[in-house]
Amino acid sequence: MSLSRQDVAKVGMLARLALSESDLDVMTTEMSKIVGFVSLLAEVDTASVEPLAHPLDSQNVFRDDLPQPSLTTSEALQSAPRHDGECFLVPAVLGESGAA
Amino acid sequence: MTSAASPTAEPFTTIVGLEVHVQLQTLTKLFCGCSTAFGSPPNTQVCPTCLGLPGSLPVMNRKAFELAVRAALALNCRIAPFTKWDRKNYFYPDLPKGYQISQFDLPFSSDGQLEVVDPKGAFAPRTVGIVRVHLEEDAGKSMHDEAAGTADTRIDLNRAGTPLCEIVTQPDLRSPQEARAWLNELKLLLVYLGVSDCNMQEGSLRVDANVNLHIPQPDGRIAKTPIVEIKNMNSFRSVERALTYEAARQWEEWQATKVEMGRMPKQTRGWDDPAGITRPQRQKEESSDYRYFPEPDLVPVTVDEPQLARIRAAMGAPPTELRRTLADRWKIPAYDADVLVNQGRELVAYFEAVATAVADGKLASNWMQQDVLRTLNERGGTIGEFPVRPEQVAEIIGRVQKGEFDTSRGREIFAEVLSSGRPVADVVAALGIAAVSDDELIALCRELIAANPKIVADVQGGKEQAAAGLIGQAKKKNPNANPGKVRQMCLELIRGM
Amino acid sequence: MQPAELSAVDLVTAVRQGDLSAVHCTEAFLRRIEALDGSINAFLKVDREGALASAARIDERRRAGGPIGPLAGLPIAVKDALCTANLPTTCGSKMLQGFRPPYDADTVRRLREADAVIVGKTNMDEFAMGGSNENSAFGPVKNPWDLSRAPGGSSGGSAACVAADMAPVAIGSDTGGSIRQPAGLCGITGLKPTYGRVSRRGLVAFASSLDQIGPMARSAADCALVLETIAGHDPGDSTSLCDEVPRYTEMLEQPLTGVRIGRVRDHYAEGLDPEVARGVEEAFAVFTAAGATIHDVELPHAKYGVATYYLIAPCEASSNLARYDGAHYGHRSSQRTGDGFESPLLEMYCRSRAEGFGPEVKRRIMLGTYALSAGYYDAYYAKALKVRRLIRQDYLDAFRHVDLIGGPVSATPAFRLGEKTGDPLAMYLVDLYTVATNLAGVGGISFPCGFTRSGLPVGFQLQGPALAEPLLLRATDRFQRLTDWHLRRPKAIA
Ligand SMILES: [Mg+2]
Ligand SMILES: [Zn+2]
Repeated sequence: MSLSRQDVAKVGMLARLALSESDLDVMTTEMSKIVGFVSLLAEVDTASVEPLAHPLDSQNVFRDDLPQPSLTTSEALQSAPRHDGECFLVPAVLGESGAA
Repeated sequence: MTSAASPTAEPFTTIVGLEVHVQLQTLTKLFCGCSTAFGSPPNTQVCPTCLGLPGSLPVMNRKAFELAVRAALALNCRIAPFTKWDRKNYFYPDLPKGYQISQFDLPFSSDGQLEVVDPKGAFAPRTVGIVRVHLEEDAGKSMHDEAAGTADTRIDLNRAGTPLCEIVTQPDLRSPQEARAWLNELKLLLVYLGVSDCNMQEGSLRVDANVNLHIPQPDGRIAKTPIVEIKNMNSFRSVERALTYEAARQWEEWQATKVEMGRMPKQTRGWDDPAGITRPQRQKEESSDYRYFPEPDLVPVTVDEPQLARIRAAMGAPPTELRRTLADRWKIPAYDADVLVNQGRELVAYFEAVATAVADGKLASNWMQQDVLRTLNERGGTIGEFPVRPEQVAEIIGRVQKGEFDTSRGREIFAEVLSSGRPVADVVAALGIAAVSDDELIALCRELIAANPKIVADVQGGKEQAAAGLIGQAKKKNPNANPGKVRQMCLELIRGM
Repeated sequence: MQPAELSAVDLVTAVRQGDLSAVHCTEAFLRRIEALDGSINAFLKVDREGALASAARIDERRRAGGPIGPLAGLPIAVKDALCTANLPTTCGSKMLQGFRPPYDADTVRRLREADAVIVGKTNMDEFAMGGSNENSAFGPVKNPWDLSRAPGGSSGGSAACVAADMAPVAIGSDTGGSIRQPAGLCGITGLKPTYGRVSRRGLVAFASSLDQIGPMARSAADCALVLETIAGHDPGDSTSLCDEVPRYTEMLEQPLTGVRIGRVRDHYAEGLDPEVARGVEEAFAVFTAAGATIHDVELPHAKYGVATYYLIAPCEASSNLARYDGAHYGHRSSQRTGDGFESPLLEMYCRSRAEGFGPEVKRRIMLGTYALSAGYYDAYYAKALKVRRLIRQDYLDAFRHVDLIGGPVSATPAFRLGEKTGDPLAMYLVDLYTVATNLAGVGGISFPCGFTRSGLPVGFQLQGPALAEPLLLRATDRFQRLTDWHLRRPKAIA
């Protein structure tokens, strides 16, 4: 299994990791090796096997709709790289929120 | 208004599907105990969980899940016996974890429907299919400095983690008007059931619309224009305007390009309300590669019939049912029932209190429509804050029924109670309204007859309607005189002459 | 009597009885840290003042006749993957350098309430990704038995600090062997409880469906003591188990007569160091002597464990680590060139993450992002989940025939620092015997069962069915009553 440099660059953008040209070379080699290794799973017959995403069988865990104390704004912002005392500050966002 | 905006008046049919996000009426967020109250100073309703701090974990709010199920039941959805949560991964600074906890392949409900009927018959009743309803968390708020352009964006995470119900419809709506009416019906339903306050100004209800045109071709084929998703609509009126604009725009584009659906990717356009146009929006890079996978920090939820029965029992009647009950119980026209129900549950309770007290649904409904609702609309505010209480309206109507004064006098009293806030009895006394005795009334009529020989002659000549002149004068001399009685008495006296 | 020579059980008894003050005890360990950690680098932060202050409060309360907790005066080192409100929490990453969480992990809260004395935060592979501790952004930890060798990882700092008697007990976390493997390589005892037995709240997430916190100490009895405090339901962790917490310390006495221990043939395939194989065989003999019976069992899909693990863990990690983007906390790059980035925000994200994460973390984020992305999900992530079910089923089947499964914890004793750093894949195979436990969600314990001729510890691993901690601890405790491997101390640093 080998990945192209282009594949890796695309994944790098999805993962928001700046990769230099030499990073890309190294990453392409290493990822190809690792992906080749994990492709070993292809030999397992899983035709009639349901995926298991989680080791627990538990279900229906809820909490009640009761307000709990929040942090203070200064606690919330205490580790922010930049803030104005009220809000987190980030470099200009263009376009719309990807929300919801 | 009955021009029945027939879709066939245009050479195309507008096809609309909606995606609605409603904020559920919980005290706390979906996965943490922070308050969901609107309007607090930035970043005052945040904790490690909704800030996405390292090591923080979500725990599902039971009320949020139950309200979501309530909404789905009201939309006639099938409730899945097993549901789970997934992570939708994307980077955005109002999404502090780098993923939104949402539902992907196993939403808790699907396959529902909601009908909308226009009381004025502007369009035929329309049943809109619901593809799915799922539960997810909201993002925070990004505030951009439009003017500066390059300035920092400010992030407030108070809203991050607020529970949302996402409702996705089939493309079953056939005009902008229908879309608006259907949204009104949806809102009414959700407000009735206590699912959401659906306050669009506060962002508790948000709508995106998918729209395209079906254009019959000379060969009988239907050409379909590419689907456009419209965002940024801040009111139902904007939805209608945006859809109308977009349909016209697509029609023009179609005529120029003849490009059909499938030949280009789905486009997103934003509604610019002041300008009244939609504009193309920049697509996020690699949009749609959200790398959904099961959320390992939450466990699945199973729902069984007894649970559903319990949620149904706590739900109360939906508007459609209430409209029927109200019309039947109080013998009022469907139109009246519609108007009352569309104002919300509180107003219906107000009406029923008045109707019960005066034992006359139609009369109560007339007063509701002509007096209470009219003034309420003028003043604004909710029926709960309305200064005239149902007992007072009932008292006024009761006195009219007893003949103490007539309806128009009753209206004056209503207006005075409204502005002064004083009890009905006080207002009646202050206005000098007292029941007029029969002796007084006879004396008054005799005086009028003597002073108006022309009218008397007219009446004697068979023109009974001329007596109206006497009634007008009687009102001037004694405002409390009941016009009906004056008329009856004058006619008797003239006949006996 | 030097406090550093006492077991945790004896230390809390001595403090409770007034034979040893918490301050004296804490000072003794702090002195060892000062003397030794310069050469071992097990700690990222030593909280000298905080530790002495809380020890003093405990002494005062005890002298005044007030109530003291079950761990009163017990110095404890906490892996830097657990949030501590009063101490920086870096998770071994430059990304979180200087980060101070506004809350305590549930485990830390329980330790404080039990009057344990937190002496500091231990070094680890960055975001718990690694098997040698060489992936720490703050320098590797040295193995106290041979300072040129790795202590294992990712809880290498916790393992090394216990091995060097810098703390009687440490807290680790285990996603694919990160407690058991370094415990084995450092000659101490480390327990990975059943998934959900200890709350994950406040544990910086690596792979949420695999992560589990556990105790690391010199003996099973000491692990039992700490587990009693940190185990239990946490309403703040939806995946924490509600089952009642047994009194592990009181369940050690019963003999092993009739206990069935499984032995997996495949575990003795090529690659297993002969000295490790011999140590493991001798351990089975000890268990036999203790009354247990040994049975061959099969875990037919165990050989797919590493491949399964290196898909599932990176997939979850790619999502769990998305929050480190420089927006709300952690490292933010100041570099802005505008070259090749659509927006200043995008550049900030990509550069902050490129600067803040080390190479192994990046590799796993890339791998996980790739395996979850459109077009690859079914072939990789979904496939791995199916094999995961088969692996779990193997355990369920095996545990119908045996009570525990024994075998090596690592194929080799501690390897040299730098020996595997050039080959990520070789490093992944270090987890060969441990990852399946996490994939199945069951428990495992590792402890020393001998030494190589060159004086390096050899570890033995027992795995048990879900919630079999009492038996895992009892079997290990029995072994430790019959042997003294766990009492040996590294000479190099004594
Ligand atoms: Mg959504
Ligand atoms: Zn919160």
